[in-house]
Amino acid sequence: MKVKEKIIEFILKFCASITILTTVGIIAVLLFESIAFFKSVSIFEFLTDTQWTPLYSEKHFGILALVSGTFLTAAIAIAVALPIGLTIAIYLNMYAPTSFRKTLKPFLEILAAIPTVVYGFFALTIVTPFLQTIYPDLETFNSLSAGIVMGIMIIPFISSLSEDALYAVPKSLKLASFGMGATRFQTAFKVMVPAASSGIIVSIILAISRAIGETMIVAIAAGQQPQFTLNPTVPVQTITSYIVQVSMGDAPQGSIEYKTIFAAGLTLFVFTFILNSISFYIKKKYQEKYE
Amino acid sequence: MNNHKKNKYIDQSFKVLGILFTMLGIFILGVLIYNIVIAGFTRINWDFLTSLPSRKPERAGIYTAIIGTLDLMLLTVLFAIPIGVGAGIYLEEYAKKSKFSSILEINISNLAGVPSIIYGLLGLGIFVRFFGFGGSILSGSLTLSLLILPIIIVATREAIKAVPHSLKEASYGLGASKWQTIKNVVLPSSFGGILTGIILSLSRAIGETAPLIVVGAMAYVPFVPHSIFDTYSVLPMQIFSWTTRPQQGFAIAAAGAIIVLLIITFVMNGIAVYFRNKWQKRLK
Repeated sequence: MKVKEKIIEFILKFCASITILTTVGIIAVLLFESIAFFKSVSIFEFLTDTQWTPLYSEKHFGILALVSGTFLTAAIAIAVALPIGLTIAIYLNMYAPTSFRKTLKPFLEILAAIPTVVYGFFALTIVTPFLQTIYPDLETFNSLSAGIVMGIMIIPFISSLSEDALYAVPKSLKLASFGMGATRFQTAFKVMVPAASSGIIVSIILAISRAIGETMIVAIAAGQQPQFTLNPTVPVQTITSYIVQVSMGDAPQGSIEYKTIFAAGLTLFVFTFILNSISFYIKKKYQEKYE
Repeated sequence: MNNHKKNKYIDQSFKVLGILFTMLGIFILGVLIYNIVIAGFTRINWDFLTSLPSRKPERAGIYTAIIGTLDLMLLTVLFAIPIGVGAGIYLEEYAKKSKFSSILEINISNLAGVPSIIYGLLGLGIFVRFFGFGGSILSGSLTLSLLILPIIIVATREAIKAVPHSLKEASYGLGASKWQTIKNVVLPSSFGGILTGIILSLSRAIGETAPLIVVGAMAYVPFVPHSIFDTYSVLPMQIFSWTTRPQQGFAIAAAGAIIVLLIITFVMNGIAVYFRNKWQKRLK
């Protein structure tokens, strides 16, 4: 009996350890191929060149061209999702009647459940043509449309997580503010949002991390031209859509094209790892504050 | 009193803005679904579901993509559920407050934030190349399993946490061992929560495209896979491939395939919500 219990515990522990192996695997694969990549391309060129043309005969390996596209689309997405998501969170928490809130939240969460390839289709075939009626010079592939649609996808992340943070604020604070004669608006922005700020910041950081790692929307709607630009009306390429482009082709293992996707992936992993770590750190501190 | 009026005015304006933004989210959802249904519903018929892909858009169907999706999900379920639920049980019931368990915890929260395409690169390096599984269903499902593992683990832990302490104490009081308690008391009463998490994670896996592109899912598969080592396509992959073609006919076919994918996603989410509500009521 004792032995059986021990074996079961060992098996369960092994299951949990697979998550560690996954992380080790990710880092090992990315580093292994990236080190091979940096044997033929200098890190200095990788970090400072502003052209990215590994698939052409005249090869440049400046990751900045992909990083700028990545951050441009993510910035547009956050510019859309942050004001809308936060307003919805405050509205649901401070203004909306409970029954209304309970019906609305699942609807908003559907936005997060839709597969991203569907959003990509939506951006390319519906949003871009619509934007072109307003601004005819907009190119078929552009970061504006991809960024806006990505922002729509991210709204529920911000609204849901921020609402949870607002909900966790002790009721006494809210009531004290009302008791002083403050309006809901004043209470929201002078009491609730400051008190829930760490949770709200976590939601924003996670949304940014999600936006820079998003793949299908940009792969479909933002184009495949790595450009070091902040112009939202022209085609760009993100780190993720570059990886898709190479994967759709047939890059032989060991070729420089094959290795570039791991170097690009490593760059992306570093960005999201930093963002996730910051949010984890803030979350830990914030939990201690209320418990 | 002027100030008071101004404050009330701001308060009311913000309320209107809140309603507008909330409605905007739902409005956009409506626009998205409406446009896709209008574009694609003419393609929804038995032929579309049972035809092989074709170079002619009006004859192209999604049969191989649907079968590929089913095969891939079946294998993913086989890998991900035992490991995910097992890891969740370990973390909630066995792990003591040690360095190892806090590393596990930080690690899982970090994995949940790793972009899906990075999992694709992991799968490419390990399953496709190192183990030599190539662009097969096996590689794809192993990759997706790792991707959804954090979701299943978190859901399992939440569900186990919600089991009342008294139930466990009673089981121990009767002389049951730890595993007997887990098997006979903890798992049955957390079943609804775990099931919800599993369904949600599968609905996420069904819509994934990016990691599968990297581990070699095909855009054009003219035959149904017969073994786990065969190449395959999946619905999202088919949608992506059709979307990126210039002919209008393929855009319509893509819309048709999206309708099918959305129905599957919504039904799965609906079932998950149903189980969650039922389970929460029972716990109360």
